[in-house]
Amino acid sequence: MSLLLEMFTYPFILRAFVVGILVSLCAALLGVPLVLKRYSMIGDGLSHVSFGALSVALACGWSPLPVSIPVVIAAALALLRMTERSRMGADAAIAVTSASALAVGIIVTSLTTGMTTDVDSYMFGSILAMDRADVVLSVVLSAAVLALFVLFYHRLFAITFDESFSRATGVKVGLYNTLLSVLTALTIVLGMRMMGAMLISSLVIFPALSGMRVLKSFRGVVLCAAVLSVASFCAGLTASYLLGTPVGASVVLVNLAVFLVCCAIGHKAR
Amino acid sequence: MSDEKKLLIDCRDVTLGYEGRAIGSHLNFQVHSGDYLCIVGDNGSGKSTLLKALLGLLRPMEGQIRTDRSLGGGAIGYLPQQTRAQRDFPATVSEVVLSGFLSARKGRFFYTAAEKSKALMNMGKLGVLELKDRCYRELSGGQQQRVLLSRALCAAGTLLILDEPVTGLDPEAAHDMYRTLAYLNRTEGLAIVMVTHDLPNVLKYATHILHAGRRGWFFGTAAAYLASPYGKKLGGDGQ
Repeated sequence: MSLLLEMFTYPFILRAFVVGILVSLCAALLGVPLVLKRYSMIGDGLSHVSFGALSVALACGWSPLPVSIPVVIAAALALLRMTERSRMGADAAIAVTSASALAVGIIVTSLTTGMTTDVDSYMFGSILAMDRADVVLSVVLSAAVLALFVLFYHRLFAITFDESFSRATGVKVGLYNTLLSVLTALTIVLGMRMMGAMLISSLVIFPALSGMRVLKSFRGVVLCAAVLSVASFCAGLTASYLLGTPVGASVVLVNLAVFLVCCAIGHKAR
Repeated sequence: MSDEKKLLIDCRDVTLGYEGRAIGSHLNFQVHSGDYLCIVGDNGSGKSTLLKALLGLLRPMEGQIRTDRSLGGGAIGYLPQQTRAQRDFPATVSEVVLSGFLSARKGRFFYTAAEKSKALMNMGKLGVLELKDRCYRELSGGQQQRVLLSRALCAAGTLLILDEPVTGLDPEAAHDMYRTLAYLNRTEGLAIVMVTHDLPNVLKYATHILHAGRRGWFFGTAAAYLASPYGKKLGGDGQ
């Protein structure tokens, strides 16, 4: 118990908690429409693009966030266009984009700094990565995501459930899709340095899937995903501190465990 | 006869197409209140393109589609084809039905009490009221269509536009759907515009037919359609 209390005396762990809770809340909320609209892979693609952008920024000695945020937002908009245009080729397009971005990142690093611990922490995450700017940005971001969800909840439901009906009734579907992908891009850029480029997309996908297993209403799934995501993050971070395991991987495994439990509950209820 | 009826949609000399390729050219037809118009025709003949144009999602290349003022601002009851993503969507029936009230003109963020009671009324009309807290994905195909039809009723009171509403339904559910539509058309006075492949059943209910063919288009009353070359060919096919 004293070990747990001691944990909160380290400022970097406190920062990790604040940023992590806010990021996992945003990721879970955004994840529900993304998963239901079959856009799950966008998160994965974006995290790899973000990795590429961070490596280039690192190699050139620029600060990471100002470089990667515009790049990832641009990538998010491009991926969204691709998914909207051609349903068939979208998964291939995302796979190609993410592999290419990853390759660019690796080549740039190996030509300049070499595979340093910085690069390693971008790949698999690090608890030390969060600074003051991240805390501020994550507070702003989560405020934006929460505002979007509260104010436009019914419109988000409508465009997620039935895009063609919403279009016909005059809802600006394109605007909301753009908003969703820009906010997803920001969430991923913020979260990936702690969770790791390889693991961040699970934060978007797992809570939504878990919620969908046990609940039957859209409102219920959104709320459940948010609660599960924040709880899983806290449990994962604590476990990583106590056992000395990497944060990102610990959080993902807690999410997996929660998902399996939800599957079992959902199966029993049926 | 049609003088006393309100003109809802007026298509004048309309040419449709997308990406520069014309599909139907110089179309002329009208939909009045109380009409039951079926759009039939071959695949790829431009039925869905026409539907998009009627919904205001596609601008015609030439000509004009005029709609009555009561249909402005997205107040059209639209029943799209179901997508695969919807079949396992976690949403209650009332969540789905209420989403019919969203249209661009309303700046409000939440549903009003009046809208909620109207949604309940529409669910009652279509016999899905007792399903209102059930999960959409657990319903049968016919029940799902009724739910989507209740949502369409929430969006509009004068015109329903349906895109192949009986595709994927078993014959009994399809029959049920047609009877419901006939009820809405005759008793509630809703005009109906429906794209369908199911010609034999359509001819029982429709007042007007729009036939989209690769070579030409036909528009007229159901009786005139049967007497036309298109309708005669249809009879010859043994349909």
